[in-house]
Amino acid sequence: MASLEVDSLVVAYGDVVAVDGVSLSAEGGQVLAVLGPNGAGKTTTVETAEGYRRPTAGSVRVLGLDPVVDRARVMPRIGVMLQRGGVYPAMCARDAVRLFAAYYDDPADGAALLDRVGLRAVEGTPWRRLSGGEQQRLSLALALVGRPRVAFLDEPSAGMDPQARQVLWDVVRGLRDDGVCVVLTTHNLEEAERLADNVVILDRGRVAAQGTPAELMRAGAGGEIRFGGPAGLDVAGLGSALGAPVIEDRPGEYRVDVEASPANVARLTAWLADNDVAIGDLRAGRQSLEDVFLRITAQPSVAEADRAPRRSRGRRRAA
Amino acid sequence: MRAFAAQARAEVAMTLRRGESVLLALGIPVVLLVFFSLVDVLPTPAGARHRVDFLGPGILALAVMSTAMVSLGIATGFERSYGVLKRLATTPLSRPTLLAAKTVAILAVEVVQVLVLVPVALALGWRPSGNGIAAVAAVLVATVAFAGLGLLMAGALRAEVTLAAANGAYLVLLLLGDMIVPLAKLPGALRIVAEALPAAALADALGHAFGLGGSMSALHAAVVLVVWAVAAPLAAALTFRWE
Repeated sequence: MASLEVDSLVVAYGDVVAVDGVSLSAEGGQVLAVLGPNGAGKTTTVETAEGYRRPTAGSVRVLGLDPVVDRARVMPRIGVMLQRGGVYPAMCARDAVRLFAAYYDDPADGAALLDRVGLRAVEGTPWRRLSGGEQQRLSLALALVGRPRVAFLDEPSAGMDPQARQVLWDVVRGLRDDGVCVVLTTHNLEEAERLADNVVILDRGRVAAQGTPAELMRAGAGGEIRFGGPAGLDVAGLGSALGAPVIEDRPGEYRVDVEASPANVARLTAWLADNDVAIGDLRAGRQSLEDVFLRITAQPSVAEADRAPRRSRGRRRAA
Repeated sequence: MRAFAAQARAEVAMTLRRGESVLLALGIPVVLLVFFSLVDVLPTPAGARHRVDFLGPGILALAVMSTAMVSLGIATGFERSYGVLKRLATTPLSRPTLLAAKTVAILAVEVVQVLVLVPVALALGWRPSGNGIAAVAAVLVATVAFAGLGLLMAGALRAEVTLAAANGAYLVLLLLGDMIVPLAKLPGALRIVAEALPAAALADALGHAFGLGGSMSALHAAVVLVVWAVAAPLAAALTFRWE
């Protein structure tokens, strides 16, 4: 039995369809990363699995149970980290962990948990006076107090500094080794590439791609060469030298639609040398997850999400 | 049971640690009780030997209203806006258990209020006589009514709006509550409104219980309290949005 089984899930808020036919599954001892631009339906999918809303159509099963109907049996076995908030502002980490531990029959040791997320030094500080990263780590600890079989972490690394992120990654790997099913949403592609056994990329409420990171990074590779360099290169000149179109995906990020053969790479680097162009990196044959992500979600929705903070309210609601 | 005990303990501790809620629960009632007992600016209603005979039950009613409606409403509103209620929904803590824990916290604060206010009133010359059981019953029913009103605001309004609305309701109900200003002093139409509100109903129910009487009959007061105790929580349950 899969720990999480989402089948043809549709979730609509009034006329807005936030999730439009998503299917995915995850097993114990696996990390599933759900990627996607803002408004892609990541949070809606995860929150439906957590029982916060009922599917408009399709179904969600957590440990084989309906999280809304079987709430009393599901909640003791899952751990949830919300995107933000979730803790009494005046309560310190020690008291919060102690309180949450009382909700569960066989809770984890609070002090050990605070050690694990690196909060022992500030365990007496009220939540509202913790830094953003510390608040995130406390939310993480609270998600784990009940020794969950499934852990849902919604953008767990948001607001974390690199050290805190390392702590998070270690904790997630530890959970996986303990047989826990970890479902996390993230914007951080490095995070997904390093942690995830499986990745689902959502775009505009649909599954745009899914597979292991290796599968996704191989897919479509070979048909292009990517390199980074100064923005605003003469893509027309380079294109004619290579006999293939060159596209500047983002300023300073170039994609050449040509087979990644040694001869083509040589031609490319020769042109760069002739024009004295310093390159940041060069990737042929195997894409980073970021390349895959950008290619799949390129076009309007990503651009919109980046460009338009004034729309962020509406989009967040649909996120 | 362990979850209930821990939650109740946490709720009591958080309530007692909030400075403004202690001010609201004890500071304001004590000041009003002492000031208006000693300073002769208010009319003494018929049946009262001394102003404190009227103020005693009235201030106790005010104390119940401040804790069950204002303090609970504001705290719950902020818990909702901070995502605490949302987060609790994905723990094994059930909503009835959470509500029970909040109820225990309210009753605990009310006990503290009684332990402080009654000796102060007695020292000021209050000589209650009558029916303690009727008083306790009135306080319990009124607590349910006021808590319903507090949760109604907390579940439907933004936290900051709840803060303002709860304090506004507190002031209006204080003035129309037969707590400091006798209802007999209100103009006719306002008095009719006041006699339908839970504040005056509690003050008068306590007045009857302590042998003072009230501007409405004990039965009228009891009916008003019971109606609010059913309607307000029901409205809150129907309109409460958790996020």
